[in-house]
Amino acid sequence: MINSSLINSSLTQLSQMLASKQISSVEMTQSFLVRIQQYNPTINAYIALDEEKTMAQAAAADARIAAGNAEPLTGIPFAQKDIFCAKGWKTTCGSKMLANFVAPYDAHVISQFDAAGAVNLGKTNMDEFAMGSSNETSYFGGVKNPWDFDRVPGGSSGGSAAAVAARLCAAATGTDTGGSIRQPASLCGFTGLKPTYGLVSRYGMIAFASSLDQAGPMAKSAEDCALMMNVMAGFDARDSTSLDRPKEDYTRGLNALSGDQPLKGLRIGLPKEYFAEGLDANVAKVVQDAIAEYRKLGAETVDISLPNSQLSIPVYYVLAPAEASSNLSRYDGVRYGHRAAEYDDLMDMYMKSRAEGFGAEVKRRILIGTYVLSAGYYDAYYLKAQQIRRLIAQDFTEAFKQCDIIMGPTAPSTAFKAGEKADDPVAMYLQDVYTIATNLAGLPGMSIPAGFATNSGDKALPVGLQIIGNYFDEARMLDVAHAYQLTTDWHTQMPAGLE
Amino acid sequence: MALNIEDIKRIAHLARIEINEQEAASTLTKLSGILGLIEQMQAVNTEGIVPMSHSQDLAQRLREDVVTEVNQRETFQAIAPMTEHGLYLVPKVIE
Repeated sequence: MINSSLINSSLTQLSQMLASKQISSVEMTQSFLVRIQQYNPTINAYIALDEEKTMAQAAAADARIAAGNAEPLTGIPFAQKDIFCAKGWKTTCGSKMLANFVAPYDAHVISQFDAAGAVNLGKTNMDEFAMGSSNETSYFGGVKNPWDFDRVPGGSSGGSAAAVAARLCAAATGTDTGGSIRQPASLCGFTGLKPTYGLVSRYGMIAFASSLDQAGPMAKSAEDCALMMNVMAGFDARDSTSLDRPKEDYTRGLNALSGDQPLKGLRIGLPKEYFAEGLDANVAKVVQDAIAEYRKLGAETVDISLPNSQLSIPVYYVLAPAEASSNLSRYDGVRYGHRAAEYDDLMDMYMKSRAEGFGAEVKRRILIGTYVLSAGYYDAYYLKAQQIRRLIAQDFTEAFKQCDIIMGPTAPSTAFKAGEKADDPVAMYLQDVYTIATNLAGLPGMSIPAGFATNSGDKALPVGLQIIGNYFDEARMLDVAHAYQLTTDWHTQMPAGLE
Repeated sequence: MALNIEDIKRIAHLARIEINEQEAASTLTKLSGILGLIEQMQAVNTEGIVPMSHSQDLAQRLREDVVTEVNQRETFQAIAPMTEHGLYLVPKVIE
């Protein structure tokens, strides 16, 4: 078994290797664990490993394959973002508050992977409580971008991102509240999908901003994301906002693409606001080249406008902190989580436990949320933000009358250096300027590798193309991404030195 | 809306997060920056627009009024900071 062919194989190829007994799940999993031991001390993508549990799952998968009951993901090793509760696994959400929390139950996403016979390689690093765009707010330290160790992988799903890019897993899960799957996918050069809000159950996914949080796949290709969506999406009564819809096969259109112009008739909307000031010129060029490639594939482009785009960030930084301040009030040092060692009375215990357990960015967001929800300010902030949220969603409704799909940059720049924005929250928040609006509207969005940009003296760094679809249009988005990946090889490239 | 250091202390108390003078000062600078960003909203006329809380505008589902949870006291208390005789311990609140 040649290691490089294993780590660069698609999920379908891995599944075929397992089915044909070319390799067992135990061997495949062991190969990834060896790579993790080799590279993780540097990259810091994983923050919890449990070889015994992982290998037991691999052995069970082998038995299942031998019995002829394999499903497409059976025996394949995945990385799970540490925001998902996994029974018996330390589940920290990147916080000191939960540094000793061993989950007593499985998140819906975890049980879905388990039921599919997938193997859990470990839990991945992330910004604390998913609040960040660089993975630098993690209590367990930053994560290195595999393309340039001086740079951040993006966030909040930075550990999953680095694990996919460095081939320390077959694929990974992430969550996206304002861009936390797509921005790291762009900065680390792989394919990530944030589904329509309500498609993947939030049960057991540690809450940040409940009306925006959505889990999705992070993988090497659109085809891999489609296979993972088949496992992750579906109704779950334990999430009050889970959507009760018929099961879909997200791979159904992938093989129907044919001819020189497989996307003939597709109308791609280009929002002028996404190509305006603030977008790095090198990133803009890569994105324009990708769009030119789409024209070659038969698509036509339409100029559109999302006039309220510039309000996405202000609205998000009211709604998300407001919901976070409420969600994070559960960390009181009583039933689980960090409790201060010394305190005078109950109030003092709450105040000290929370002061010690939360990091600076999480505290800032709790304070913003507390402020905007406090007496007298509700109408001016929270209500106003919810009203503008509707305007932002209506912009998309109007746009989709003129086009089938929207394209633009995922992030305004390539990966930035660690420490560069760590002390300036507002500069950090602008990383999500192109991704937040889809969370507010509840629309699906994805990022695919579109090439590389090199600023003078720097290493070539990946650039992502964002694809935004209408509600429940994930299958079409995956087809559109797949068509591009059939004629380009950006998605197959991996960082040098990690072979 | 300009914040001052007393506002920061009041908000931190509401949020049950202990904060010292030095932290309050640096928090004031950063929160003021974020609120400056948020202020852009005030220029928008939102009269008559129905607030949007969720993208799908769904009604909350109801379920049968039946017991769905099993007793897992020991499992749950195994991860608690302090318990005694099956109860969670907190500092004395009643004299």
